[in-house]
Amino acid sequence: MEGSAGNHEVCPQFLDFVPKEREWLVNRDGQRRHGPSEEKELELRLGPPGNQDWSMRDSARKNPGDKSESLLSLGYFSSMSSMTQNISNGSQTQMFSASKNPVGAVISSSCSSSAYGYRGKTQHNQQQTKVPSFLQLNSPLQGLPVMTQEASQRCCTEAVDIQSAEKKAFSPSSATTAVPNSSQKRTAPGPVVGWPPVRSFRKNLASSSSSKPAPVSQNGVPDKVTSRTPVETCRKGLFVKINMDGLPIGRKVDLKAYDSYEKLSSAVDELFRGLIAAQKDSCPAGIQNKQEEEKALTGLLDSSGEYTLVYEDNEGDRMLVGDVPWHMFISTVKRLRVLKRSELSALSLGSSKQEKVRH
Amino acid sequence: MQRMACSFPDEVLEHVFSFVQCDNDRNAISTVCKSWYKIERWSRRRVFVGNCYAISPDMVIRRFPDVRSIELKGKPHFADFNLVPDGWGGYVAPWISAMAAAYPWLEEIRLKRMVITDENLELISKSFKNFKVLVLSSCEGFSTDGLAAIAANCRSYLHCRNLRELDLRESEVEDLSGHWLKHFPDDYTSLVSLNIACLGCEVSFSALERLVGRCPNLRTLRLNRAVPLDKLANLLRRAPQLVELGTGAYSSELRPDVFSNLSGAFSGCKELKSLSGFWDVVPGYLPAVYPICCRLTTLNLSYATIQSPDLIKLVGQCQNLQRLWVLDYIEDAGLDAVAASCKDLRELRVFPSDPYGPEPNVPLTEQGLVSISEGCSKLQSVLYFCRQMSNAALMTIARNRPNMTRFRLCIIEPGTPDYLTLQPLDVGFGAIVEHCKDLQRLSLSGLLTDLVFEYIGTYAKKLEMLSVAFAGESDLGLHHVLSGCEKLRKLEIRDCPFGDKALLANAAKLETMRSLWMSSCSVTFGACKLLGQKMPRLNVEVIDERGTPDSRPESCPIDKLYIYRTVAGSRFDMPGFVWTIDEDSAMRLS
Repeated sequence: MEGSAGNHEVCPQFLDFVPKEREWLVNRDGQRRHGPSEEKELELRLGPPGNQDWSMRDSARKNPGDKSESLLSLGYFSSMSSMTQNISNGSQTQMFSASKNPVGAVISSSCSSSAYGYRGKTQHNQQQTKVPSFLQLNSPLQGLPVMTQEASQRCCTEAVDIQSAEKKAFSPSSATTAVPNSSQKRTAPGPVVGWPPVRSFRKNLASSSSSKPAPVSQNGVPDKVTSRTPVETCRKGLFVKINMDGLPIGRKVDLKAYDSYEKLSSAVDELFRGLIAAQKDSCPAGIQNKQEEEKALTGLLDSSGEYTLVYEDNEGDRMLVGDVPWHMFISTVKRLRVLKRSELSALSLGSSKQEKVRH
Repeated sequence: MQRMACSFPDEVLEHVFSFVQCDNDRNAISTVCKSWYKIERWSRRRVFVGNCYAISPDMVIRRFPDVRSIELKGKPHFADFNLVPDGWGGYVAPWISAMAAAYPWLEEIRLKRMVITDENLELISKSFKNFKVLVLSSCEGFSTDGLAAIAANCRSYLHCRNLRELDLRESEVEDLSGHWLKHFPDDYTSLVSLNIACLGCEVSFSALERLVGRCPNLRTLRLNRAVPLDKLANLLRRAPQLVELGTGAYSSELRPDVFSNLSGAFSGCKELKSLSGFWDVVPGYLPAVYPICCRLTTLNLSYATIQSPDLIKLVGQCQNLQRLWVLDYIEDAGLDAVAASCKDLRELRVFPSDPYGPEPNVPLTEQGLVSISEGCSKLQSVLYFCRQMSNAALMTIARNRPNMTRFRLCIIEPGTPDYLTLQPLDVGFGAIVEHCKDLQRLSLSGLLTDLVFEYIGTYAKKLEMLSVAFAGESDLGLHHVLSGCEKLRKLEIRDCPFGDKALLANAAKLETMRSLWMSSCSVTFGACKLLGQKMPRLNVEVIDERGTPDSRPESCPIDKLYIYRTVAGSRFDMPGFVWTIDEDSAMRLS
């Protein structure tokens, strides 16, 4: 490893400075080897980096991948009382009998269980606190009974927790010293900060001020996509008042429910068609509406119909609907009005008296 | 040897050195002898500082007195995902002040993940006589007022200042007004590249049109979302020489006149090779770009919320595409089509349309990536978000594409196993590192044990950057990486059960790397203190918003740890939630 020349000086002295309780520093040469019953899978010999590999390689190679994987799955599944998975259990019993290190079992049991419990698929109550992390501190140093004892002394606050972990002794997995650490304090399937690693400007893509993403369109895409506008984009409705000439009572429309002028136009038509008819009935006179009952309000957006649609924008000006792109309209519209086309020209002559009447 | 070295006059050596641009090579040159060191340092024009706290501005200026181009990076990468609290640091101000005094001829400033204020921008705009390029990548701290200062001072008769490039890629800008664009003087014509895609507000459109119209060398124009589609045609007609274009919102009522106008404008852009933007796409307008698809080499559709059939129609025409960024709406079927049409593809990024939904919302699986790996023989760089993966797929991808150099896989649910066998994905990623011998960057996800790290330590000898999340079982995993990956420069880890041991045992390795980030792991404050005391050339920053780590037991895990090598000592701008320990072995609260 590069820089190893310097390591010899730095590392050994460096390691010596680690507190004495950490006896794993002593004896770099490999006196760390433990009894055969322990540590089949994982031996940690701490020498200067580059000198010796951590001997996991040697021991783990006996059963490459397999064993550790099955150990892992063992821990995983024995801890998941609620889960059933199809993993070959052939090796399970073997594993159980293999390890005879009670201390290791105590510590690693909780560790391995928490390994996958952490993933959010379990109700392990040991996922709460820093317990696993303490265990993890000591646990890799399997088969160092001295160490672990002292560890448990040291972690006085966690002593209770360690003991409770004992009760969960299942997998012996000396290899699986996995401890998911303090991240466990996040509740299981809750949102995790910064995960998935998506930058903030990539979120909320579907929530723009403009029309919904085209998904509804051509190709019969399953509804799942369209309904899946991300929850956090909270599409609050954009309700604006809409009044119509001749009708004393106005309505409100949610502009976010539409993505085009056509849809808005037909919605306006539906809103007012009935009202106009009702008005005609109730008021015998004074209504200039020469239309037949229940006639649709067409041509709101072009010059063809009897009525036209205008809006008031955020600067207070009255504008004809339809000039700007929909999303721009949405961002500036404050209220809507359905005007008779004849009155449109009258208005443009600047009659303030009429304006008062309108409002 | 020394005689030979002195036998050339300095000017000749300097001329020879001018052909050597790469930093590493220039560093090597400077170690030959004192004379070469001196000549080289006076002639170095470009400096890259990968961590702005690794060295102080004064040290750079002392060593290289005549720099014309500087690039600085600030916050660690995980700041992109909100893991670095606000106020952590990365302030460019001291650099700007120092350079304003020392480098009057500075031409280029490129910043990434740094904090820059309006005052800094104003100082930049006035201090450098020949300022040409300003690139602010993922920066923050400034507003459109700062941009107005840049614009107003972009041209100077007194000096020969002519701004060429203003690129705000993905920065967070406080939008005070769109009028800043009007500050470009009427006689300013040298703009080559303008990227304002990250701005929220509407810029003054008439000013933009005039600016585009009077700058004949404009090659790159990335508009922001607020520029409506019906204005795009006019812009394009004023700049038919554009090579890179980012549209604004790509939506409008479908009107034949607008469409044909747009289509004609696109056809007039014979040099256009890169397209991006495409917010709010109305699919009916996509055919407007069909005429130029065959020339495209880069296509960024990562904001385009359009469905697979439309995407296929579009991408199917881009036979020369080298880089494609797209949402997962493309689906496996779309990626099959890409694999069939885009034989020159080098880089693929597939982003999640619904990253927080618990269920898959689109049929995009590992199969899409496998198809791409089969069909695109030049594929080197992948960023792929998906919800399921298998070891078999990873092994297939690895065997298909041994030329892969960047492989970032994000399986959205942490700890997801191989969906076929329910095993961890160790062997799959192992195959990646084993077959892709030139792999420089790797991001892991899914269910992973220590075994994957053993593979990485064994095979990933060229790996420079590794990102790990929710993986591993013990310190052994971290140890494998730190001891095995010889070229490792950046290591970022979150939510893994790694503690003190591997860190302490590999302390020397940390000095060979740019930085190490560990958050929500099991490192204790005690270990951090030890590292900080014993390794003077490392800054060991404990980031913890829960209050002083001394208030908790020393063996309690810290929240976040950022270790980086430095010759500048502890920094002076640490906020209250960053703790560091120096050689005095006194804990310094800052």
